[in-house]
Amino acid sequence: MNTLILRTIAPTLTSLMVIYSIIVLLSGHNQPGGGFIGGLIAASAFALYGIACGVGPVRRALYFHPIAISGFGMLLAGLSGVVSFYKDVPYLTGLWWFPKFSGGIEVPLSTPLFFDIGVWLVVVGSLVSIALALEEKD
Amino acid sequence: MIGYAVLTPFIAALFAPVLVRLFGHWAAWILALVPAFICYRLVDYIPAIAKGERVLESHAWLDGFGINYSFLVDGLSLTFAFLIAGIGFFIVLYSGGYLKGHKHLGRFLATLLAFMGSMLGLVLADNLITLFVFWEATSITSFLLIGFDHERMASRRSALQALIITGLGGLVMLAGFALMGIIGGTFELSELFTKSDVIKGNELYTAVFWLVMAGAFTKSAQVPFHSWLANAMEAPTPVSAYLHSATMVKAGVYLIMRTTPILGGTDLWETVLPIVGGATLIIGTILAVRDTDMKLMLAYTTVASLGLLVMMLGVGSDRAIEGAVLYLIAHSFFKGALFMVVGTVDHEAGTRQITKLGGLRSAMPITALAAGLAALSMCGLPPFLGFLAKESIYHALSHGGVFEWSLAITAIIGNALMFGVAASIAIRPFMGRWIDPPKSVHEGSLMLVLGPVVLSLIGLVSALSLSFMQPHFFAPMISAVAGREVPIDLHLWGGVNTALVLSVITVGLGVAVFIMMPSLRKSFDQLLTFIGWGPDKGFDQAITGLTWFAGRFTNALQTGEIRTYMRTTFLITALALLVPMFVLNIWPQAPEFPKMRPWEIGVFLFLTLGVLQVVLARTRLTAIVSIGVQGIAVALTFMMFGAPDLSFTQFMVETLSVVILALVLTRLRLMRIDRRSVGAGIIDGSIALGVGVGMASLLMLVTQGPLDLRLSEFFSTHSYAIAHGRNIVNVILVDFRALDTLGEITVVLIAGVSALALIRVRPSGDSTPGAKDLIQSDPSTKEASS
Repeated sequence: MNTLILRTIAPTLTSLMVIYSIIVLLSGHNQPGGGFIGGLIAASAFALYGIACGVGPVRRALYFHPIAISGFGMLLAGLSGVVSFYKDVPYLTGLWWFPKFSGGIEVPLSTPLFFDIGVWLVVVGSLVSIALALEEKD
Repeated sequence: MIGYAVLTPFIAALFAPVLVRLFGHWAAWILALVPAFICYRLVDYIPAIAKGERVLESHAWLDGFGINYSFLVDGLSLTFAFLIAGIGFFIVLYSGGYLKGHKHLGRFLATLLAFMGSMLGLVLADNLITLFVFWEATSITSFLLIGFDHERMASRRSALQALIITGLGGLVMLAGFALMGIIGGTFELSELFTKSDVIKGNELYTAVFWLVMAGAFTKSAQVPFHSWLANAMEAPTPVSAYLHSATMVKAGVYLIMRTTPILGGTDLWETVLPIVGGATLIIGTILAVRDTDMKLMLAYTTVASLGLLVMMLGVGSDRAIEGAVLYLIAHSFFKGALFMVVGTVDHEAGTRQITKLGGLRSAMPITALAAGLAALSMCGLPPFLGFLAKESIYHALSHGGVFEWSLAITAIIGNALMFGVAASIAIRPFMGRWIDPPKSVHEGSLMLVLGPVVLSLIGLVSALSLSFMQPHFFAPMISAVAGREVPIDLHLWGGVNTALVLSVITVGLGVAVFIMMPSLRKSFDQLLTFIGWGPDKGFDQAITGLTWFAGRFTNALQTGEIRTYMRTTFLITALALLVPMFVLNIWPQAPEFPKMRPWEIGVFLFLTLGVLQVVLARTRLTAIVSIGVQGIAVALTFMMFGAPDLSFTQFMVETLSVVILALVLTRLRLMRIDRRSVGAGIIDGSIALGVGVGMASLLMLVTQGPLDLRLSEFFSTHSYAIAHGRNIVNVILVDFRALDTLGEITVVLIAGVSALALIRVRPSGDSTPGAKDLIQSDPSTKEASS
C-alpha cells in the first residue's frame, strides 16, 4: 500500500480525521456523535497513517503506548463517576457545572463529558494497538 | 473485646517485615509481645469460666442470614486459646533464633502471626460461618508456612497437598455447617447446644455427621488423610513445632470436642470415631517406629496421638472425655517441646537422623534436659501431666464391654510404641557414645532453648499444681466438651487399680520396644515396603489422573481450529433462534411488501449484491471487501430510516473491520483461495441459512408485537431536562446507562490487551500443560507411603 498518493495525502487526511473525531466527541451530547463513534474515527485515522507511512511514525506521534492510552481512558471514565460520592449520590450520576467566563461565554462542564472522553480514549487506544500490532512486520 | 484481641496478630503481621528490617531477628522479642498480650487479656476470663459460666460476644455481620462475627468463651475455647497464644509466644521467639539472618524472616513471622490469629479465631468463634472463615484461613496460612522454602519442589508439593486435603475437607465441612444451621435454625454454637435433639432426630443427621467429620478428619490427619501431616515436615521446624503440637492439627479435634454436645452420643458417633481413631493410632505409631528422621518420628507420633484423641472422644463417656482433654493439653506441651528440641539439634549439629547422633549431652546439656522432661511426659510417667492423661484413658477404657477392652488393647499397643519412640528421641542423641555430627556442636541460644525448657517444665508443674489447674482449666474444659457439669477428681496417686496395672504393662512393653527399636524398625520397614502403596502415593495418582483428564477434556473441546469454533457457535445460535419457534409454534406473519422509493430499491440491490459476492468470491480478500460493501449498505439503510448515530457507527465499524481483517490476512499464512469440499459447503451453508432465517424471523416477530414505548418516552422526555443533552443515544450511553458503558469499555480494553498478546505469541513446540508440570515426582520428596 506504499503508494505515493496515499503517502502524500495521509498526514493531512489523518489530521483532519482526528480533528473531526474530536468535534464529533465534544458535540456528541446534542448532535449525532459521541466518544464511541469519535474513537472509531480517530482509530481509523491512525490505522490509515500506519498503512501509508509505517508503524514507527505513528508510535512516535502517539508518544504513549496505545494500550496505556486505553488504560488511562478507563481510569478517567471510572474516576468521573467517583465525583458523585462527594455529592452523596449514586456512582456515575451525571453532575453539571456552568462556569461563566468573561464576555458572557458559558461553558457547560459535566462528569458525563469526562466519561465520554474516557470512552474515546479506550476505543482509540485498544483499536490502534491492535491495528498497529497487525501492521508491524516482524 | 475478644473479637478485637483475635485481630491483633493480623495487625502485628503487617508490621512484622518492617520490624525485622529494623531490628533483625531481635524483632521476634517485640512480636512475641502480641501473644503475651493476648494471654494477659485471656486471664480476665479465668474466674468466670472457673465458675462454669460462658461468655458470649457478638458483632453484627450479615444479620439477615444469621451470620455474625460472634465469639464464645468457655472452658474449651479458653484453654485452647491459652495453648495457642502461650505456645505461640515461645514459637515466635524460637523462630527468631532458628531463622536468624534468613532473608525472609519478616515474611515468615508475618505468616506465623496471621496463622496464630486464624487459629485463635477458629477456637473462639461462636458462629459456624465465622468458625469456617478462620478454619480456611488456617489452611491458607499453613499452606504458606509449609511452603515457606518455596524454591524446593518437595516443599511446594507438601504445601499443595496440605492445602488440597485440608481445604477440601473444610469445604465439605461448610456443607455440614449449612445443614446443621438449617436444621437447628441458627448458626450460633451456643444456641445449637440446646438443639442437639432436633439435629440428632433429623433424618439428615447422618449427612451432617459425615460432612462435619470430613472437616475434622482431614484437618486432624486421620487415616487415610494423614500423609499431609508427615509431608508438612518439609517446613522449617518452628512451623512443625507450632502446627503439629497445639494448633493446626488439633483444630479437627477441637471441632469434634465442640460438636460433642450437639452431634455426639449416637451409635454412629460411638462406632465411627473409635474405629477411625484407633486405626490412626496404630498406623501412626508403626510409621513413627519405621522412620529414623527424628522430625518425621515426631510427626507420625502426632498422627498417632490425634488418633488416640479421636478414639477417646468417640467413646464419649465422662472419663473418656477427661482422658482426651488431659492428653490434648499434655500433648501440646511435650510435642511442642520435643519438636523444638529436634529443631535445635538439627540447627546446631547439622542432622536429625537418629542413627547419626550420640553423646550430645555434654555439648547441649539444657536441650538434653528439656528433651528428657518432655519425653517423660510423653511416656506417661509420673509425676507428669502425660501420666494423669494416660491414667484417665485407661480408667475410661477398662470399665466397659468387649469393644472398650479392644480399644484399651489398641491404646496399650499404641502407647507402648510411642513410649519407645519418645525414649529413643530423648536418649539416643544425647546419651551413649559420642558420634561426630556434621557440624561442631554447641548449646542453642536463649531464643532456641527457652521454649523447650519452659514447655517441658509446664508438663511437670501443671501436674504438680493440680489443685489450681483442675478447677481453673481441666474441669471447665471437660464440662464444656461434655456439654454439662462433670464432676472430676484427679490424683497423681489413686492407689493400685486397673488403670495403674495397664500403665505398668505399657511401660514394660515400652521399654521392650525401646530396646528392640532397630529390629522393629527393620521389620516394620519390610512390612510397609511389602504393601508398597499408601495414601500419599494415592494422592499423587489422583492429582495426576485429574490433570490428565482435564488435559484430555480440554483438548477434545478446544480443537484449535477456528472453523470448528465458528460452526459450533453459529449452529447453537441457529438452534437457539429456531427451536423455540418450532416448540411454541409462533412464527411471524409474512410482511406486506412496502412501497419503496427508487433509491431505497437501489440500496437493497447493493446489499443483496454484496452478500452474493461474499458467497461467490473466489479469494478470501474479495470476500472480506464484499462484506464491507454489504455493511455499508446496512449503514445506508439505518440512515434512510432515521438512525443517524447507528449509521455513523456502522460506517466506521465496517471500515475498520475490513482494514483489520485484511491486515490479519496478510499475517496468517492462509490459502488465498477458500477451498472447501461440497459436503462442508452444504453444512456451512445450511448453518448460515439457519441463522439468517432465525434472526430475520425473530426481528419480524419483535416488530409485529406491540411496542412498549414507556422507556423511549422516558428518555425523550428527560434527556434534555435532566441530562442536558439532545442526542438521546449519547445521553443514554454516558449518563442514564453509564455503568453499562463502563462495562463495555472494559471489554474493549481487555479485548485490546488480549489481541495484542495473541499477535505477539509465536508458536514454539508443544506448549500444552500436562500433568507432569503440576506434580512432578522429585527424588528429594520423602517417600512417606503407608
